[in-house]
Amino acid sequence: MTLGILWTMQILCIPALSPLIIGVIRKIKAVLQNRKGASVLQPYRDIWKLLHKDEVISADASWIFRFAPLAIFAITLVVGASVPVFASFMANGFTSDILVIVYLMAAATFFVALAGMDTGSAFGGFGSSREVTVAALAEGGLLFSLLTVALMSGTSNVFRVAETIASAELTSMLPAFFAFAGFFIVLLAENKRFPFDNPSTHLELTMIHEAMILEYSGKRLALIEWASANKLMIFIALGANLFFPWGIAHDASMVALAGALVAFAIKALAFCASIAVVESVIAKLRFFRLPDVLFVSFILSVIAIGLI
Amino acid sequence: MIEAILSSYGFGALIASFAIGAVGALALRKSDTAANVWSNAFAVLGSAWGIVYALLAVTAVSAPEYIVDASAAFPLLSVSFHIDKLSAFFIFVISLIAFLCSIYGMGYVRHFYKKYNIGSLGFFYNFFIAGMLLVVSASNALVFLIAWEIMSVASYFLVVYERNDHRNVRAGFLYFVMTHIGTAFILLAFLVMYKFTGSFQFAAIAHNIASIPPFAASVVFVLALAGFGTKAGIIPLHIWLPDAHPAAPSHVSALMSGVMIKTGIYMMIKIFLDVFTDIPLWWGLTVLVLGAVSSLLGVLYALTEHDLKRLLAYHSIENIGIILLGVGSAMVFSSSGMLPLAALGIVAALFHTLNHATFKSLLFLSAGAVVSATHTRNIEEYGGLIKRMPQTAFFFLIGSMAISALPPFNGFFSEWLTFQALFGGILALPSAASWIFVLAVGALALTGGLALACFVKAVGAVFLARPRSEEARHAKESSFSMRTGMAFLALLALVFGVFSGSVSLTIGRVARDIGKFGAAELPFAVSPLEQISVQNGFASASAPAIAMMFIVAACIAALGLRAAYRKQKVVIGETWDCGTPPTSRAEITATAFSRSIIMIFKGILKPTKQTGIEYRDATARYFPKARTITLGISDIYRAYLYEPLQVALTKFSERVKTIQSGNINAYVLYIFVALLVLLVYVIL
Repeated sequence: MTLGILWTMQILCIPALSPLIIGVIRKIKAVLQNRKGASVLQPYRDIWKLLHKDEVISADASWIFRFAPLAIFAITLVVGASVPVFASFMANGFTSDILVIVYLMAAATFFVALAGMDTGSAFGGFGSSREVTVAALAEGGLLFSLLTVALMSGTSNVFRVAETIASAELTSMLPAFFAFAGFFIVLLAENKRFPFDNPSTHLELTMIHEAMILEYSGKRLALIEWASANKLMIFIALGANLFFPWGIAHDASMVALAGALVAFAIKALAFCASIAVVESVIAKLRFFRLPDVLFVSFILSVIAIGLI
Repeated sequence: MIEAILSSYGFGALIASFAIGAVGALALRKSDTAANVWSNAFAVLGSAWGIVYALLAVTAVSAPEYIVDASAAFPLLSVSFHIDKLSAFFIFVISLIAFLCSIYGMGYVRHFYKKYNIGSLGFFYNFFIAGMLLVVSASNALVFLIAWEIMSVASYFLVVYERNDHRNVRAGFLYFVMTHIGTAFILLAFLVMYKFTGSFQFAAIAHNIASIPPFAASVVFVLALAGFGTKAGIIPLHIWLPDAHPAAPSHVSALMSGVMIKTGIYMMIKIFLDVFTDIPLWWGLTVLVLGAVSSLLGVLYALTEHDLKRLLAYHSIENIGIILLGVGSAMVFSSSGMLPLAALGIVAALFHTLNHATFKSLLFLSAGAVVSATHTRNIEEYGGLIKRMPQTAFFFLIGSMAISALPPFNGFFSEWLTFQALFGGILALPSAASWIFVLAVGALALTGGLALACFVKAVGAVFLARPRSEEARHAKESSFSMRTGMAFLALLALVFGVFSGSVSLTIGRVARDIGKFGAAELPFAVSPLEQISVQNGFASASAPAIAMMFIVAACIAALGLRAAYRKQKVVIGETWDCGTPPTSRAEITATAFSRSIIMIFKGILKPTKQTGIEYRDATARYFPKARTITLGISDIYRAYLYEPLQVALTKFSERVKTIQSGNINAYVLYIFVALLVLLVYVIL
């Protein structure tokens, strides 16, 4: 019974809370810019509104365009259920492997990039080209940063990693901190945040993610927006629970779970605040400078492996 | 029953059916249809028999061995075949792909009717398959070389089959030269081994392997690596591959890319792990580095290609690199005495061999369908084919997902196992060697990301958006037999993925039959739901679980949307392109798509760019009439490796020419001097 509730929480946690994460980031950014900003619940309202809109689909689009939003949303649900959010004891041996997570995310990129090319607009095509370029270069850093903590804890199952790292001594955590620096860069790149992309514009010649999904409207746009929010929260959950897993619940007792939820809320808030600060203090980089940043992420993770 | 199939008659029937197919096709060459049906029917028959034969041989207790005694006439040449589990595995892969390619071929070959001789195509096609089967079953180096030549020569004639295009003839010539350079290396390797062991039988060589001194063994390693590496297409010996594979008819390209280059891998595994058992560490590290370089450079060159079939050919180089990562790690573990991990490396390599054969032939066959529907291989002249050839597009998409290693397709699981073998190396090896494993992991991760980019480009430019040429606009779906061949391969890509656990267990039995691995415990276990877990639970994954969770999530999302929001309309509109009418010129091209990656890797790829302007008035030069821009990639191997070699060779030949005076007295003097020197040598 409790396990049933816990699993429902684990599966629904990411899709239910991810719009809130976006709302919080926007709110912090607004405050930093001396604006009042919309309510943190605004992303929910946006999705709700989009779900009720009619849709326009390009005459050039094929079934891939129609299917892609569903595919990427489903992938983020699957990955969301397979990463630790508040409890480290709910490991499954089927989908919680770091490689499975990395490559499932790649599958989502594959479909959204194809959908971008499907309508035959110049925006979509260039968006896809940039998206896959950034994704390809980010993959090394992502894999190596996750591999660092996996090698440190002797397992590549993300739940078990969280469990092992939580009990590790602080002095042995140096590689994890290096790896986290690499991971945070990939987090920004994969979720198309500053300095890689500007998530709040639709008309800028260098846009990546927004260019790809320019032709979407209505329900399908809602699904894509929701899926991107899920993806951001998946990365935050990975970052919070693999590199700083303190406070995560190791058993199903009420106290541990409540503590874990509070701990996760604090860590997620810290992530939101750092993303918002990064977006407020630095400018977007030129596209051909991005490989340098991603290379730094890769090198940091390689150093981390060397330090183990 | 099983014994009857595995008897020498069973093996003979396998080869005979291809021989009948070959000779019959030649006899029936007057009628295109008859030659086509005859040759492909016997190829289908033979390869179906091969599948059954190989499956039985993999499970058989003792390996079948056939000896045709010809020692009276040729003392060194004992015509003998030995089908161990490794051979049986490769016979399975060859037969499986040949089976589906031949079904596809029946429909595909039709577009050659009246243009080229169908009889000779059938002749060489059947001999090509038979040659590959003999290569992987020969147990004697000389028989092996004969089979190797049958395979190489038959495939040469298939490469130059469309001989009216001079590019194909040039490609064929390059292939012919390179493949024989490779064969020369192989021959030398066998001769060195013969000098020390006194035998051409592989079993006898393996038995006396201790009598080869370490230096000679290393010479054998380098020679064999160069020889088999040329066939496998490792960089920098790959230059024939992107020219030759696209030149052949598409079902032959599928066989060449899917299975022929794997015969090089087969021999590497056989020589380096089965014949040699105690190998120095640097052999494995060399193979590992070559694998990493080939995979990374292969995919980078693939990204620069605009020729659909050349693009796929470069991906073969990439995948051979991935297979070599498995082979190389197995060799490193084998020389460090970690047999279970070495078995994992072999399983990863063999599994990827099977998977690459499946999805690469699928991709070549669907590319062939596209090429025969549009009469061009230029990727920029396609577009929008998903609406005109929906099934072909679907099969190509499946192949693309499999080659990009997206779960739950088969490519993911073999790369997953390769990753696990490399992770094992990072964990278990001392620091210097483990750093090479770290770099190999980095190369494999980057390769995965770039392959995904390349296949987004390929699928997007070929099948999506609007057609960019008249041919693409009027393309028609391919014939039934072609679609059947592709459909089965697409299904296999999924089946080998979903049942990856069982498949890797079966391959594990093959691995334990090689060299000293019989004693090794397999370092992975398969639980219900096909869940593979390696190294005592370091990592585990399950394909059916991934697939089921995805399907359930997608269904819930789709049904939820449908139930809750039924009233909304879907309007079909025009693509918005800043108010300009969306023409095919507004779409992104494949060149533009990969341009940013090319610019990022410009240190390696050395892109070139030439611009030209033609003015309306050449003196005033104000109003341009036409602008041209030519983008290219400079071929650094030709420029820095092959051309200097060729120049050196020509120079040397010029020098040698000075002794060729044309004066018969001088020649008599040469003979006399040579005789004297030999006499002195003999006496001393």
